[in-house]
Amino acid sequence: MEFLRNRLDTLKKPFAKGEKLEKFAPAINAFDTFLFVPNHTTQKGAHIRDAVDLKRTMVTVIIALLPALVYGIYNTGYQYYSQTGETFTFLDAFIHGAWKIVPMIAVSYIVGLTIEFAFAIYRGHEVNEGYLVTGLLIPMIMPVDIPLWMVALSVAFAVLIAKEAFGGTGMNILNPALTARAFAFFAYPTYMSGNKVWVSEAGAVDGISGETILGTLAAGGQVNYSVFEMFQGAIPGSIAETSTLWVLAGALVLIATGVASWRIMVGGVLGAASIGFLFNLWGANALMSFSWMNHLVVGGFAFGIVFMATDPVSAAQTQKGKWIYGFLVGVFCILIRVFNPAYPEGVMLAILLMNVFAPTIDHYVVEGNISKRKKRWASAQLKTA
Amino acid sequence: MILEKNKQSFMSNDIRIRRGAQLKLRGQAEKILNVAEPSKTYALQPDDFFATTPKLAVREGDQVAQGTPIFFDKKDPRIQFVSPVSGVVQAVVRGAKRKILKVVIAAEGNRQQKHNVSAENRSSREQIIDLLLTSGCWPFIKQRPYDVVANPDDKPQAILVSTYATAPLDVDFEFLLKNNKAEFQAGLDVLTKLTDGSVFLTYDNSFGGFFTEVQNVKPISVKGPHPAGDPSVQIQKLCPINSGDRVWIVRPEDVVNIGRFFETGIYDGQRTVAIAGNAVAAPQYFQTKIGAEIAPFLDIAQMDTSRPVRVINGNVLTGAAIASDGHIGFYNNLVSVIPEGNHYRMFGWLPFVGNHIPSLSNTSLSWLFGKKGYEVDTNLNGEERALVVTGEMEKVFPMDIYPMQLLKACMVEDIEKMEALGIYEVVSEDFGLIDYANTSKIEAQEIIRKGIELMIKEVG
Repeated sequence: MEFLRNRLDTLKKPFAKGEKLEKFAPAINAFDTFLFVPNHTTQKGAHIRDAVDLKRTMVTVIIALLPALVYGIYNTGYQYYSQTGETFTFLDAFIHGAWKIVPMIAVSYIVGLTIEFAFAIYRGHEVNEGYLVTGLLIPMIMPVDIPLWMVALSVAFAVLIAKEAFGGTGMNILNPALTARAFAFFAYPTYMSGNKVWVSEAGAVDGISGETILGTLAAGGQVNYSVFEMFQGAIPGSIAETSTLWVLAGALVLIATGVASWRIMVGGVLGAASIGFLFNLWGANALMSFSWMNHLVVGGFAFGIVFMATDPVSAAQTQKGKWIYGFLVGVFCILIRVFNPAYPEGVMLAILLMNVFAPTIDHYVVEGNISKRKKRWASAQLKTA
Repeated sequence: MILEKNKQSFMSNDIRIRRGAQLKLRGQAEKILNVAEPSKTYALQPDDFFATTPKLAVREGDQVAQGTPIFFDKKDPRIQFVSPVSGVVQAVVRGAKRKILKVVIAAEGNRQQKHNVSAENRSSREQIIDLLLTSGCWPFIKQRPYDVVANPDDKPQAILVSTYATAPLDVDFEFLLKNNKAEFQAGLDVLTKLTDGSVFLTYDNSFGGFFTEVQNVKPISVKGPHPAGDPSVQIQKLCPINSGDRVWIVRPEDVVNIGRFFETGIYDGQRTVAIAGNAVAAPQYFQTKIGAEIAPFLDIAQMDTSRPVRVINGNVLTGAAIASDGHIGFYNNLVSVIPEGNHYRMFGWLPFVGNHIPSLSNTSLSWLFGKKGYEVDTNLNGEERALVVTGEMEKVFPMDIYPMQLLKACMVEDIEKMEALGIYEVVSEDFGLIDYANTSKIEAQEIIRKGIELMIKEVG
């Protein structure tokens, strides 16, 4: 450790203040801080600090994503082999999935981090760790066969337009990962929806039946999956969103560590369940009479409410606001599913919509506090007058 | 029936705080009260008086008595800051732009400035204020909003004396004042003349000690984790500050100092300090005077000299770092000494790594390792980042204020918003725990301090 530290210190010399490569210091610092928590001490304010930092927070989210990712990789292979009818082992399926998905993750990180580093150097601040999560989320919510250049383009769009244009990490209105997906969804619809995109190399397979459950329902078809299959995730869909089971495992990690807001998650489930229940009572079409419980386990709802809606930057920031925001994400998700057959999955648009409204929700929550204070002032003035 | 009613009215006086955090650190001062040898030099440090511009009343080499004005407030020359001892002005230490950092007085002789505190000379509020001003006792009285020395022309809604110190390693005022009960009562009696409202005396709910027997005040028991002892938190529960309101605050030992002055006519700035922290082997209390040298106490408390340490005037959350040959601050009863933390930790950012560092986050198992108190150092444990995580500030901020929104309003200097979000009700020290706990290592106290400076400049 001592040796490594000394090597790093020598390596960093040309990047020090006043030296030749000073401008590029954020880049080398980003690597250094991955090996070592720096030796910085408190200079003002509190003299002691909590062990938590942004890197730890983001890494916790990545850990929470891993179960869903691993299952997603396996499910990619599973869907493929079960369509072709070949016999396969877990390992076969996993290797097939990894072969598809690892390059997507690599492209996402390379493109995204390049832009992040460039902006950090240009703006003269340290590289924020937020992209570690965004960069993993983006491939996880894409259809498996999307070309890598589309991944690259979506990533570039999301980081540049959804994040850096607003001032960088912490300032964005929209969730960057969902913006990437929305970009691909509207720019390349043929790659993002239909019944051919959810199973890898589906074009090469005859007689494919790779429709998602929500797609089937929207088209008025019959669902052939059991509730357990929907919950455990052996169904077609975007790479890592199919397994509610493993998404729940991630949710447990996020809630236990306090990294993501349980209020948003619970609010979302309540919202989706209650509107789903109302539609069940109405029951005018297949999607309406689709059980509210099943609504919670199919499609990207679970993944979205656990990993995307809880992004603290684009979500509501006040405690009360989080309840309202989460609830409305759930409500809009089911509303879009039921009323708009062009978008069989509503969670992406529901979250993006609520991202836009989150500051408004917060505004009214904070305004409540402000008006309470103003009322108190007014009544105090009456007393003294 | 009557009993029950009484019980209820007593209960309604209590303050219960739920949000916050009690950080148990190693090196809590043992209840040993050393009456220290008189210090060789004493110092007055203008930075102890927020937003005060000092104007010197003496020069280097001048002879001063105990109670002779050393400097006064440029904006209100009636507010004087006086010498704690008889001696000679040894040095006026200046910093950048000739700003006065401290005035050092070498102790010598036994000259004392005496004031007439006879009954007829202190019968009216004006006379009392006049005595407090000329004696140098006035700076003991601080004002909310802003945490500045009170304005003698104001009439406060209430006066608060908080004896419940909840910050890490903070002192036990019950122990600290055990020899000063009479003067404490005398001081409170003086304070009751200064307001038409109440004088609130808050004390630890689990053990009030002699504070429960004090007369002429409204006793309030307080329960809860830090910052339950902070005046801002208590004031918001007792008499929330509206625009234009003034509430005065006096620290418990300064109540004693005021009481003693009105008994003797001599300004005597007693200061009892606890030397505490995990970089001293024998943490304990010392009784001395305001502005005394710290070094002799650090010796007796056996400060760790084998590694770099930080000596802090005040607690580890809100205090100011000073050199180990520095002097005790005007208002603090605590000197915290902790090791510097300029070391690297390999992969220390991984969750559940470094559990010896106290953490309020569940990404650490530190809660399992804190029974005997935590060893702390000054490492930042990360780097400053953009504000991302939400909700964590609210967890340690028990006031009815949105801390993150207020911080953002201060950052963009939106005065109207700051006012609406409650800037009058907070001071920078209320954000000490937020400094400590926030993931992005935002300097919240600094932001609030600048915000308050802006308010003083723009609104007054």
